[in-house]
Amino acid sequence: MGRFRAPGRGFWGGLAAVPVTVLGLLLVTFVIGRVIPVDPALGLVGDRASADALAAARTGLGLDLPLWRQFLAYLGAVARGDLGMSVLTGRPVLEDVARVFPATLELATLATVLGVGLGVPAGVVAAARRGTWIDHGLRVVGLLGYSVPVFWLGLMGLLLFYARLDWVPGPGRLDVLYEGLVEPRTGLLVVDALLAGEGEVARNALAHLILPASILGLFSVASIARMTRALMLDQLRQEYITTARLKGLSEARVLWGHALGNAAVPLLTVIVLSYASLLEGSVLTEIVFSWPGLGFYITNSLLNADMNAVLGGTLVVGAVFIGLNLLSDGLYRVLDPRTRPP
Amino acid sequence: MIRVRDLRVRYREGGRPVDAVRGVSFDVAPGECFGLVGESGSGKSTVLRALVGLASDWSGTMSVEGEPLGKSRSPRFHRRVQMVFQDPYGSLHPRHTVDQALSEPLLVHGLGRERDRRVVQGLADVGLEESFRFRYPHQLSGGQRQRVAIARALMLDPVLLLLDEPTSALDVSVQAEILNLLHRLRRERGLTLLLVGHNLAVVAHMARRLAVMQAGEIVETLTTAQLRAGTPTHPYTRCLLDAARISRRRG
Repeated sequence: MGRFRAPGRGFWGGLAAVPVTVLGLLLVTFVIGRVIPVDPALGLVGDRASADALAAARTGLGLDLPLWRQFLAYLGAVARGDLGMSVLTGRPVLEDVARVFPATLELATLATVLGVGLGVPAGVVAAARRGTWIDHGLRVVGLLGYSVPVFWLGLMGLLLFYARLDWVPGPGRLDVLYEGLVEPRTGLLVVDALLAGEGEVARNALAHLILPASILGLFSVASIARMTRALMLDQLRQEYITTARLKGLSEARVLWGHALGNAAVPLLTVIVLSYASLLEGSVLTEIVFSWPGLGFYITNSLLNADMNAVLGGTLVVGAVFIGLNLLSDGLYRVLDPRTRPP
Repeated sequence: MIRVRDLRVRYREGGRPVDAVRGVSFDVAPGECFGLVGESGSGKSTVLRALVGLASDWSGTMSVEGEPLGKSRSPRFHRRVQMVFQDPYGSLHPRHTVDQALSEPLLVHGLGRERDRRVVQGLADVGLEESFRFRYPHQLSGGQRQRVAIARALMLDPVLLLLDEPTSALDVSVQAEILNLLHRLRRERGLTLLLVGHNLAVVAHMARRLAVMQAGEIVETLTTAQLRAGTPTHPYTRCLLDAARISRRRG
């Protein structure tokens, strides 16, 4: 049945492809690091250093070795969890990434929860009431979600809900007052505060989170609602739906049980991929809200030619993407019996 | 059993109204097998859809077992009247096992207690072994799927079975099996059948009486005896008959 995407040559085939994909990812990040006209040795010794000092620094970094030996050394370092030092922060890149990633994770997760929680029902209702004012109204809202630039929406959101109405706190992850009160364990501020029993800090962190997550979530709502509507219409056309009605099932059970149940399988892939793209860090939202996340970190490093940080961050993003892809393939096989051998 | 008078059904296709059925009247007696024959687009399947409440824009009168039908159908109606579709793969929930497909009507109508016994019995009635119970539709052959679809329709012990081209998606050898199965079930259970099809030979094999439909109207109602005797009066019926004869000679 061409309508349903088959998950490749099976889950185990996908699993076997992971090392190859990771190796390819490493090769690409390595090549970018060498091709780009930024000399890490020069960055280390400064541009007023003597030629001898520069050459010594190059030897120290292994830059005089042939490229393939440099790549092997890079692979070895990555395998040890060593992504190099960040010139900008003076700390290991892995440590930096471990610090900024939870901020993005928090934002992306809440945005996806909002996207699924609002987008799926909206898509189901739009499909069930196809061609009515509800359907058209939801389409207009979706169009806005797609087409309004996120930084503009972010600024307007801050202006309205923070500056004018004072419903939400301003940019950043916490009020200054609360900073440093809870010890980071997971890095997710809300979770850490709850673990530490600091209810007020958790509330403040959540209040900071809600506006950027909603702005980011609006795009997810729009795309998830559109996909849900299309997949639902696809299901509602099929005869097993008619069969379900003839069995005497209520329209609600036909819609939310039978049709959505089957639309959910391909929908899951869409949701996981949308989550993965949010985890890359949405640079604009993070900049507007001074959110110290992964997108903010990578962009800032790039603007300061801090290549170790950029490549390390890219590697983490790639690994997250591969992992989530694998997860969606696995879930697909669990949920759809047709993908299992007969 | 069924009484239809001046049924008109209108569809909306791309904003334009289409009169799919234009003033159809017929009666089906209890225990009878009645056929509706016509080419695709003649409105014969639309008549079935209107009967089970899937068409929203219709006028005229329809009654089943003497009860007039309104805009919606009661749970009791779904227990009394069931339908089998052309494509058994499309009409079975793709992620439900045979067991789930057969149990759901029981659960919906509050008969869950007898679930095990009735599912096994339902499979046996259509000639399937118990080993099919926990298979998925994609693990069955076309004929097996249609048997499951028939078993599903019979789970609530209906008195009237509406058959929408039940064999035209199947191989010729399997067609005969399914027709014989339907024949046997009708005899054993005293079912009333309303069979819709485009193949005159198939419908005439099952039905005593049939109506020929063209462009949303019934052009002729006759018995199969009259059909065999070669006395159809309407030119369109002759045309269908000739087509059936040619295909039989070639086949």
